[in-house]
Amino acid sequence: MLEVTNLHVKLEDEDKEILKGLTLSVPASQVHAIMGPNGSGKSTLSYVLSGRDGYVVTQGEATLDGKDLLESEPEERAAAGLFLAFQYPVEIPGVGNMTFLRTAMNAQRKARGEDELSSGDFLRLVRERAKALDIDADMLKRPVNVGFSGGEKKRNEILQMAMLEPRMCILDETDSGLDVDAMRLVADGVNALRAPDRAFLVITHYQRLLDHIRPDVVHIMADGRIVRTGGPELALEVERNGYADIVAEGA
Amino acid sequence: MVELATRTTQVTQDEVTPDIVGGRPSAHTPRADLDVPQGGCTAPARADAAQRFRSMGLPRPRDEYWRYTDPALLNADAPAAVALNGDEFEMFDHVDRLRLIFVDGVLDAAASDQGALDGVQIERLDQADAQPDHWVADIYGTLEQAGQSPVPRPFAAMNTAVARHGLAIRVIGTAPRPVHLIYRRSDPAADVMLHHVIKVDAGAELTLIETGMSGARSNALIEADLAPGARLHHIAAIRAGVDRVAVSHLFGRVAEAASLKSFVLSLNGSLMRHETVVDIAGDDSVAHVAGAVLGDGAAGPFHHDDTVFVTHRAERCESRQVFKKVLKNGAVGVFQGKILVQPGAQKTDGYQISQALLLDEDSQFLAKPELEIYADDVRCSHGSTTGAIDPTALYYLRSRGISRDRAIVLLVLSFLADALAEVEDDELRVEISERLEGWLNRHALASGPAVGTA
Repeated sequence: MLEVTNLHVKLEDEDKEILKGLTLSVPASQVHAIMGPNGSGKSTLSYVLSGRDGYVVTQGEATLDGKDLLESEPEERAAAGLFLAFQYPVEIPGVGNMTFLRTAMNAQRKARGEDELSSGDFLRLVRERAKALDIDADMLKRPVNVGFSGGEKKRNEILQMAMLEPRMCILDETDSGLDVDAMRLVADGVNALRAPDRAFLVITHYQRLLDHIRPDVVHIMADGRIVRTGGPELALEVERNGYADIVAEGA
Repeated sequence: MVELATRTTQVTQDEVTPDIVGGRPSAHTPRADLDVPQGGCTAPARADAAQRFRSMGLPRPRDEYWRYTDPALLNADAPAAVALNGDEFEMFDHVDRLRLIFVDGVLDAAASDQGALDGVQIERLDQADAQPDHWVADIYGTLEQAGQSPVPRPFAAMNTAVARHGLAIRVIGTAPRPVHLIYRRSDPAADVMLHHVIKVDAGAELTLIETGMSGARSNALIEADLAPGARLHHIAAIRAGVDRVAVSHLFGRVAEAASLKSFVLSLNGSLMRHETVVDIAGDDSVAHVAGAVLGDGAAGPFHHDDTVFVTHRAERCESRQVFKKVLKNGAVGVFQGKILVQPGAQKTDGYQISQALLLDEDSQFLAKPELEIYADDVRCSHGSTTGAIDPTALYYLRSRGISRDRAIVLLVLSFLADALAEVEDDELRVEISERLEGWLNRHALASGPAVGTA
């Protein structure tokens, strides 16, 4: 589903290469985890795939369902089924969470040539999905992420994912700043979305999240490349021994 | 977060009358010559105001409070005509209110709603003026005069001296529905002068709405005198033809435990100067002054100036100034706001924020926030910022599938939210918000706004 081939990316403002020939394939129905030390380029990968400004692709390609991702606008990628759960969700004062969700859903539906969701259908859906994530009516009414705790922000990201039903979900350190209960809630939300026609790329520092979201494949990333790929046991190895050995061996 | 802008602004020179004294030849009466109505109960106040105006003269660009706004178009003997299309279409149609229609600045009783409003007495200014010992004589010109110090406001003195039209509104109870003044035009070159006097008795309450454009040029003034425990909500929403020239003043006097809340929405217009002067005279009272401005310089110059002066001279009072301006295509926004805390005005809670969102690099915001405090147990804060659309927020919205244009509209509405929140009535606020959104959909997206820090 997601194919990244020999991707080279540098910062727009300075001549610094962050991704140095990254290759990755995530088939439908699978959950892949990317682990790696700080500064290995994990977040950059998520930004480049979702279309954030400030990066230049110098070489390589990335496709979703065979269609080029890198040339299209962020909203086009979203409509094509890509979703990034942000490490630091952005606060938007003055814009209600519901308005935001509904605007996003209908924009994507419109871009795909589908009918907009009626108010009633939307409300039913959002209430049902919010409940599963322990998100109350007050959080839905409040401005997007404003005054939300760290856990609430992450749950709100998963709610957006549950509403938008993307094909390819990237989770960028969704576990950071979460306590054990919140992590379980988030993981349950993700697991509920696992489906044969959907894939996940879970970026994380720690093995802990992977106890809850069981990956099919684990990649270790270092210095802008995937240096090793394996099964879930690879995450346990990292937990025991750290990154140093794997990185040294991959270099 | 205080950021002082120091550049002065330039109104297009070719449209400007150089100087009123011995200026451009004109068929009109020179503006500095006053035609002062005689014989009414307000005549003494008018004579005083005329005297004040003559000693002040018309404002000059070098005057302290006119450094950022060129008064030439206001000083000119006559306004340029403004085509009649493009005026505000009706607002608040679904709100139950008493509509009073003004055409070219004159009340059109036949077109207005008939019938009385419980607790509110409304008369034409000229009718009130004609009655000896009318209450209006106690207020007319007195709030304006009090507001002339320390900052001279020549157009307000001019208005008091010569204004024939307007309303005298006495509120003696809680008005069951808002009074809505609707301004319409029939003469493309109407030069309008309006003076409303509002007296809100103890414990009484009124919501006053103003919409529309009263003339090609207007000089409008409101004096609002609030007795103890009185409440006045003032909401003005002006969408005008692009060439509108206007100066307006709101002078408020707030007695003990009274509350004055004013919100002004301005869309379009080439030169607007809106001054609010509030005298917080009674303990435990509240004054909120807010404004939202959307300016697009694409069709001609846009210059909007909010000048605010709030004086605290009582204890435990709260004042708020919240001004937000969204500017593009060379539009210019000005904010001059002051909180003056007099000796003895202890436990004052004063707040002032002025912010501009510049949608391109051609627009500018000039801000002069001021605090002057002579009491030692007060809380006062002020801030002023100028910025562009936050690229991270824009990316976040787009990553959810929202188009760039739509995301920018949402972020502009987000920027304006604090000012809009000053409109307490949900129904009115929602409609104002919808108008803003409509305007943004038409204007803010015509060309790509700059994203990043400005």
